[in-house]
Amino acid sequence: MGILQIVIVLAVLVALVKPVGNYVYHVFSNEPNRQDRIFGPFERLIYFLIGLKSRAGMTWKKYALSFLLTNIVLVAVGYVILRVQQYLPLNPNGIGNMEQTLSFNTIISFITNTNLQDYSGETGLSYFSQMVVIMMMMFTSAATGFSVAIAFVRGITSKGETIGNFFEDFVKAHTRIFLPASVLVTLLLVALQVPQTLDPTLTVTTLEGAVQSIAIGPVAALESIKHIGTNGGGFFGVNSAHPFENPSPLTNVIEILSMWALPASLPYVYGRFAKNRKQGWVIFSAMMTLFLLFLSLIHFSELRGNPAINAMGIDASQGSMEGKEVRFGIPQSTLFTAVTTAATTGTVNNMHDTLTPLGGLGALGEMMLNVVFGGKGVGLINMLMYAILGVFLCGLMVGRTPEFLGRKIEPREMKLIAVAILAHPFLILVPTAIAFMTDLGRGAITNPGAHGISQVLYQYVSSAANNGSGFEGLADNTPFWNISTGLVMLFGRYIFMIAMLAVAGSLVRKQWVPETVGTFRTDNKLFYGILIGTVLIIGALTFLPAIVLGPIAEHLKLG
Amino acid sequence: MNRIANLPGSTGISYVAIAVRASIVFIILCGIIYPLTCTGIAQLLMPHNANGSLIKDSSGNAIGSELIGQKFADPKYFQGRVSSIDYKAEASGSNNYAPSNPDMLQRTRDSIEAWKKDNPDVPISKLPVALITNSGSGLDPHITPESAEVQIPRISKLTGVLAADLERLVSKHTESRDLGVFGEPRVNVLKLNIELQALLK
Repeated sequence: MGILQIVIVLAVLVALVKPVGNYVYHVFSNEPNRQDRIFGPFERLIYFLIGLKSRAGMTWKKYALSFLLTNIVLVAVGYVILRVQQYLPLNPNGIGNMEQTLSFNTIISFITNTNLQDYSGETGLSYFSQMVVIMMMMFTSAATGFSVAIAFVRGITSKGETIGNFFEDFVKAHTRIFLPASVLVTLLLVALQVPQTLDPTLTVTTLEGAVQSIAIGPVAALESIKHIGTNGGGFFGVNSAHPFENPSPLTNVIEILSMWALPASLPYVYGRFAKNRKQGWVIFSAMMTLFLLFLSLIHFSELRGNPAINAMGIDASQGSMEGKEVRFGIPQSTLFTAVTTAATTGTVNNMHDTLTPLGGLGALGEMMLNVVFGGKGVGLINMLMYAILGVFLCGLMVGRTPEFLGRKIEPREMKLIAVAILAHPFLILVPTAIAFMTDLGRGAITNPGAHGISQVLYQYVSSAANNGSGFEGLADNTPFWNISTGLVMLFGRYIFMIAMLAVAGSLVRKQWVPETVGTFRTDNKLFYGILIGTVLIIGALTFLPAIVLGPIAEHLKLG
Repeated sequence: MNRIANLPGSTGISYVAIAVRASIVFIILCGIIYPLTCTGIAQLLMPHNANGSLIKDSSGNAIGSELIGQKFADPKYFQGRVSSIDYKAEASGSNNYAPSNPDMLQRTRDSIEAWKKDNPDVPISKLPVALITNSGSGLDPHITPESAEVQIPRISKLTGVLAADLERLVSKHTESRDLGVFGEPRVNVLKLNIELQALLK
């Protein structure tokens, strides 16, 4: 049953790729289609309300300006609300205002789709903040990322000057994808016992006569967009391990598919835009191959259990159950971990700090590469970036000018791609080193030995990849951590997005090179191999030393 | 796609205006209308689930949520998993102990010693790992069926209820995998103990 239930979920996902991908393609193709009749009137109302008179295409600079401006306004409003939540309505549990650096961290965390949480939802946020700041940003940050990904795909697959209209993409991502899907999944989750109420914390008298307070709230509505938008910030501190957020294996499967279906179908969407579906399937296969590699590492490592506990003479045949829930057991926990770090969601249904060293390495590795499906659009852009790099490397080897989708890849694009590829390890390794050199950073470590290194490394990897899960033992609610991870999340998202929009803007204007027999094809098995090779070689060169000091050292010590 | 935004009014300033208005519209739509609509529908159609799946006694007092574990200090009840927060459900969490953490290893050794003392009839080779490890949430409402089985000799001795009756109780409360395949078989400790209590009366 262990492997079978994983295989079933994988099969359902693969079956979803085509229908979901087709739907998403029609949302953003801007060609008239049946969806317009259903959503058109509502969208025209929104265009009117926001004052969008012309939906003409934008250059990459205008596109970037538009999404940045929108995000800046949302950040400003959200920050103010967190700082004054005490005085606002819907605060039945009387929660106070949030401290400055924590508010900064929280707002950056949610607008960048990271959802790293240095606070605990049940004690740190009013219901108003949970709704108006957290849920709202879960929608808007996901819609922003999705729009940018689509714009990037338009840039590398079409000719002309424009990569689309940001505001139109942003509105449609909400009205046609995130809002309807979230309402549907919310109701499904409530049917499976996830609470959705505005009542304050419950008080009950237990069977033994003690008083138990039970935090509750509008959980289901947050739960659905948390996964569909690959956000990952939990309503409660322990996220999807909490029985109210994720009461059964069935809700677990729904949450896994909710966060995975859109990122997994994006390569297919790309194939449709490129008018060559094989292109999309090559990218999808490369992602899936890497995913299965990491999933196996995590699954079998957790199944093997903790050698130190196995040696105590108890029945440890179930595997490593510290930090996991009985209803999920090993298979539903490891699958969830592999998907959440692949899709950069960052929601957790088991505590990643308690993972066996190699299990934790699997989670770390997926975020370090940041190309295995990836969050709202980011994974696809990243993978295409590696695809262009792969083409470039092959071009160098045979001495031809590299081409990708009929466009010459030239120094300008390669410089931008180099910036984006180098920014990721830079944002991880430099702050990690700084944290180890200062007492402010070292003081947060709660697990001794090599695992302490993993804790710090994981925090910055998760921030830079905009994942948001954590080795949560880390005592991270201090100004040092709030500010440093806040900046890493900020740069991790925006440097990358702007560089990639610039690449798209540069490619969209290029002359198309006609395809000949000498053209290096990017839709066959050879390229699939080259792509995986490029990703693994660059990843290994960058991160191997850090991994050896953390998880691998701990693994060797545990035996 | 081939049109370009060069129309009058597509300057930087008008972008700011659109960005501000778009933000307001989506704050209201996603932050207020969406959650309130969901709450309304959920409360109307599924009030029991939407309000936390509470279990009430015969006089209508809530004794817990079937989804949230409770602390059982009395050894005559079935015990749940280790919870570093003692099942205090106003918060949630655990110690986040690494597999190499000496405190966690010591806690586990202590649990094994305590088990030997309280359950002399069951060798520790039968003690399931799930029972003496901390759940992720600290609120896990379930134990594995094996974790319930191994507690039967102790409970039978303390309460005088026949082991066979307890066996029947445990198998009655063993929930199978969802749809026959997803997750793990499990026993809800609170529901099991409610019935055990009725048996004791």
